[in-house]
Amino acid sequence: MGTDATLDVIVSGTESDSHTWNLVFLQLQLEDWGHRVRNLGPCLPGGELAEECRRGAPDLIVLSSVNGHGESDGLAAVAALRAVPELAGTPVVIGGKLGTGRQLSAGAGGGTGGEMTHRLLSAGFSAVFHEASGVAEFERYVAALGAEKARRAGRVLEELRAAPTP
Amino acid sequence: MNDRPVNAFADFVRRSHARGSLVVQPRMGFGDPRAMREGLIAVKGANATTVGTVTLDSYTRLGKLADARRAVAEGGDLNGYPIRTHPPETNRGVLEGVRDRDFPVQVRHGSASPQGIIAASLAAGLDTTEGGPVSYCLPYGRLPLRRAVRNWERSCELMVRARAHDVEPHVETFGGCMLGQLCPPGLLVAISLLEGVFFRQHGLRSISLSYAQQTNAEQDREAVLALRRLAGALLPDVDWHIVIYNYMGVYPRTRSGALLLLERAAELAVRTGAERLIVKTAAEAHRIPTVGENVEALEIAALAAQNAGGSGPPDTGAGSEVLDEATALVDTVLGLNADVGAALVEAFARGLLDVPYCLHPDNAGRARSYIESDGRLRWSHTGALPVRPHGRSADRRSMSAADLLRALSHVARSYDESAATTLDRLPGISG
Repeated sequence: MGTDATLDVIVSGTESDSHTWNLVFLQLQLEDWGHRVRNLGPCLPGGELAEECRRGAPDLIVLSSVNGHGESDGLAAVAALRAVPELAGTPVVIGGKLGTGRQLSAGAGGGTGGEMTHRLLSAGFSAVFHEASGVAEFERYVAALGAEKARRAGRVLEELRAAPTP
Repeated sequence: MNDRPVNAFADFVRRSHARGSLVVQPRMGFGDPRAMREGLIAVKGANATTVGTVTLDSYTRLGKLADARRAVAEGGDLNGYPIRTHPPETNRGVLEGVRDRDFPVQVRHGSASPQGIIAASLAAGLDTTEGGPVSYCLPYGRLPLRRAVRNWERSCELMVRARAHDVEPHVETFGGCMLGQLCPPGLLVAISLLEGVFFRQHGLRSISLSYAQQTNAEQDREAVLALRRLAGALLPDVDWHIVIYNYMGVYPRTRSGALLLLERAAELAVRTGAERLIVKTAAEAHRIPTVGENVEALEIAALAAQNAGGSGPPDTGAGSEVLDEATALVDTVLGLNADVGAALVEAFARGLLDVPYCLHPDNAGRARSYIESDGRLRWSHTGALPVRPHGRSADRRSMSAADLLRALSHVARSYDESAATTLDRLPGISG
């Protein structure tokens, strides 16, 4: 795949979550997979996140939340991101411990993890990774994005080569 | 000193130390005033030398008072006590008849903009708090360090002005706990001391210096001795003591592993002459502990401290690697500017202080650490820090994600394993 599949990724925490180590881990993991990472750190409000992402024009935005308020924080963040025209088509994903135990278990109050995923996807997330799904699912998603980027770059080169020379 | 009012918290810690008792303290906070009061009463009644804690909720910490008010009005659950939301008479009611000369109470909050919290605490008669311009800013958000320094200067002014009402305020620096794990002890000791010097420069006369248990008992011992030695030189006219934090990183999953780690923290405190210990519970890896679990942790820590005997032979900690590093860091920073707050800002801007893995925009982010095979925390990359990676041990390779996970769970793993093999030696502890 070479460097064409290298993604520029922005990693960020969510507004109410002051945890750092999940963000450090994600950065190292994405770098291990060959991508370039800008890590915005914990406690970023939606507006600041959107502004940083607009300027950074990344291939992928990864939000991580582990304090159990991932759904409400995530909904606010993705609304702010999708309000930026430049980010309308940018893949935005969220992962971690996104709800309290009660919200994630079936039947009680907030519904199942599946319903939470649905709400987050409807609000504009491209993918949702719950704690239980592990890293492999996220790895497949990121690898597919990288391959897609490489394919697009390849097509552009073909088109450039195909263009008639004066 | 005799004509000045003394801080009741520091005074109780000093009296307890003089009669050979380690003061133990939980981290505990509830949104409901009755639950908060009952929690304090339970801690006071524990079979241990205890002080009380009022930990504030995260809305109050972040200054989101409307959210805190809504949560209180709706009877929702808060993860701490909203001291700025409940009226002053309610705050005083929580403490009435509970707090006294032998059961002082500290407010714990985690705010980089603590003026309102300090004011509300003082209004409730709570003259003892903790934090610091670096330790409550860099790990938890993006507020510029310069602003956190200014906020803490103003907070110190508020505390010092309370002397007009016969109050002697006390602040503990949280600087010995940066990010909880993987910060080499030399830097923890230096930040703890520098925040202590900052508090002194802004008029505080009663201060405690923190250090959080890390990955190697001998290195931890060197660190606390270095902290004590340098504090003696840097805080000559201040009433100060040392507080040890039970390990703050990924916690052992087994009950026996968690309790063993707590006992080691108590032993560290006793062997280094530290006066106070903040405990964690056996439930820590799984959920927020109950009051009962906190009381159990306090009693187990107190017992472990008793069994560790009196403080060891006088040891100055001279010549240790931690002392060398801490001394170089402190001297370099204090040499930058006579104003300690300005010196801290400049030091981080130039990478002379650089907390490994800290993502704050004002942290240089060039320094990296790792756990050596003997369990010591060491530098793999020092960036612009005025310390050298130790020649024989320097490991320059970068950490992968898998290395990081291994490092983060090093303590949990080794205590779970070690407890599994020594379980039969621990009386009264079932897995």
